[in-house]
Amino acid sequence: MKLSKILKNGFLIVFACLALSACATSKKSTGQMQGDVYTGTDTVEYLASGVPDRVFFATNESVLTTASRETLRKQAAWLRKNSKITIVLEGHADERGTREYNLALGERRANAAKDYLMTYGISSDRISVLSYGKERPVDSGSNPLAWSKNRRSVTVKAN
Amino acid sequence: MKNFLITLIIILIPVKSFGLIEVDITRGNLNPLPIAVSPLSIDEESRKNFENILKKKNVGSEISSIVENNLKVSGLFNPLNKDAFLQEPDIANLKPRFEDWNLIKAQALITGKVSYVEEKLRVEFRLWDVLAGKEMMALAFTTVPNNWRRVGHIITDKVYERLTGEKGYFDTRIIYVAEEGPKTQRVKKLAIMDQDGANNKFLTLGNELVLTPRFNPTSQMVTYLSYFRNLPRVYLLDIETGTQEVVGDFPGMTFAPRFSPDGKKIIMSFAKDGNSEIYTMDLENRIVEKITNHPSIDTSPSYSPDGKFISFNSDRSGYQQIYVMRNDGSNVKRISFGKGIYGTPVWSPRGDLIAFTKLHKGKFYIGVMRTDGSGERLLTENFYQEAPSWSPNGRVLIFYRETKTDSKGKGFSAKLWSIDLTGYNERQVPTPTDGSDPSWSSLLSN
Repeated sequence: MKLSKILKNGFLIVFACLALSACATSKKSTGQMQGDVYTGTDTVEYLASGVPDRVFFATNESVLTTASRETLRKQAAWLRKNSKITIVLEGHADERGTREYNLALGERRANAAKDYLMTYGISSDRISVLSYGKERPVDSGSNPLAWSKNRRSVTVKAN
Repeated sequence: MKNFLITLIIILIPVKSFGLIEVDITRGNLNPLPIAVSPLSIDEESRKNFENILKKKNVGSEISSIVENNLKVSGLFNPLNKDAFLQEPDIANLKPRFEDWNLIKAQALITGKVSYVEEKLRVEFRLWDVLAGKEMMALAFTTVPNNWRRVGHIITDKVYERLTGEKGYFDTRIIYVAEEGPKTQRVKKLAIMDQDGANNKFLTLGNELVLTPRFNPTSQMVTYLSYFRNLPRVYLLDIETGTQEVVGDFPGMTFAPRFSPDGKKIIMSFAKDGNSEIYTMDLENRIVEKITNHPSIDTSPSYSPDGKFISFNSDRSGYQQIYVMRNDGSNVKRISFGKGIYGTPVWSPRGDLIAFTKLHKGKFYIGVMRTDGSGERLLTENFYQEAPSWSPNGRVLIFYRETKTDSKGKGFSAKLWSIDLTGYNERQVPTPTDGSDPSWSSLLSN
């Protein structure tokens, strides 16, 4: 089971690289992926200088990557400094899944971000969670890179 | 329901228990039955009256066009070209010259008459077996003139039932989500239309995102998901009165609603702290029950027609698969074991099959399997399609399909499609805008 998962991930990385190189030849793209997690900055906005507003996920996953945890620690530090700010965590999925499952998946992703922020001292009173499932993609493309940008949890100021 | 204005008043001749022509609907029909739909005859005075009321030049031929279109779209019938008809409609309705109809290879013939009686529309029609030279059925009914389209659907239902032995699905409506605008900022509205795409009406304005409307099988109520005030919640809407209300008082997102077969409960998912569970709410006493209890995503619940079982999808095995359990949540069994990811199980109104969406190797399929998971059959494959909904007789599925966009993200569309359970007769269902999440009503009249 474990071995097959490792093999599968390896395969995904290879596949993603192939897809990327195919993309790179057809159009210039500043985005990139590791495995199938988006690591670029194309769509990222900033809550404050050096504080990115979003984290990205692998297909069907809600596990936070090392990069995501770093982003969330920056968000937590910013939230601790600005204690009056409340936030909404908006969870999203890509278009390659059924609508209802993606609503649940978006909720799960946003909660993964919420849980992590809470472990860095942000009270749950300041965080609400809103899943959009696959209803609000940032990239309207039907390709692996676009999908990787859409699998995200975005931290939005609520006040 | 109060606006069931159509009442059957006379049965001219009792329906005989044997039929000479039969249409087999259990397999793909490659030889649709040639049928002649003679325009319903109408006397000049009635014609003028209806022209005044309905702004239709000849309501008789309009009704027969509806019948003809329904029969053609069903894939089981081949309505013949009217130019070849030799006999006048009014005379044919009295007594067809079967040799004339035989000559154009018609095997069945529909004739009839429309008249204006006490401000109402009266229709009689007959179905004839051309080869045997016999009348198979004769019916008459009276309704308000505005129901003229439904008259065409009811005639089709009766003809379909007489020739196939199963109830029709033509006097029905589809509720769906009408979509417009760019993919990143889609505007979505609830919309309702007749099964053939006529009488389209928008039920919401598009100010908030709405998803997954589903009919109550016993009334004109609808349940759906709305993002009103950015709080995604399950709502109940009475489409006759327009009144709506939130279902239950949940501290978080509720979604994936459906009615129980008796229409008395809503089953749905409630998401909290990253975990989605299935709940029911009784619409009479408002009692809420938690049905599943598992740290995975449990959603897309659908009752069996006897209400004893619930199918749903869950990722408790690692990926989305279809499960069946008793209606109290006990005895959970995984039923999908094929390659790929399975979702959106919907129990057939006949009880024997579950329709689903499947993702395998980057393609989406609509398929059916028996309720124990055996006999999986994929009906259609595409880039993206999901959310099958059954016709009330369990013979046709309606679903939606989205197109792949190009490298610049252009070319997106979402359309409604239908396909027979046989896997044949795939057709786009006409909608004025893009559409998704269709749900088929029960027969409006029985």
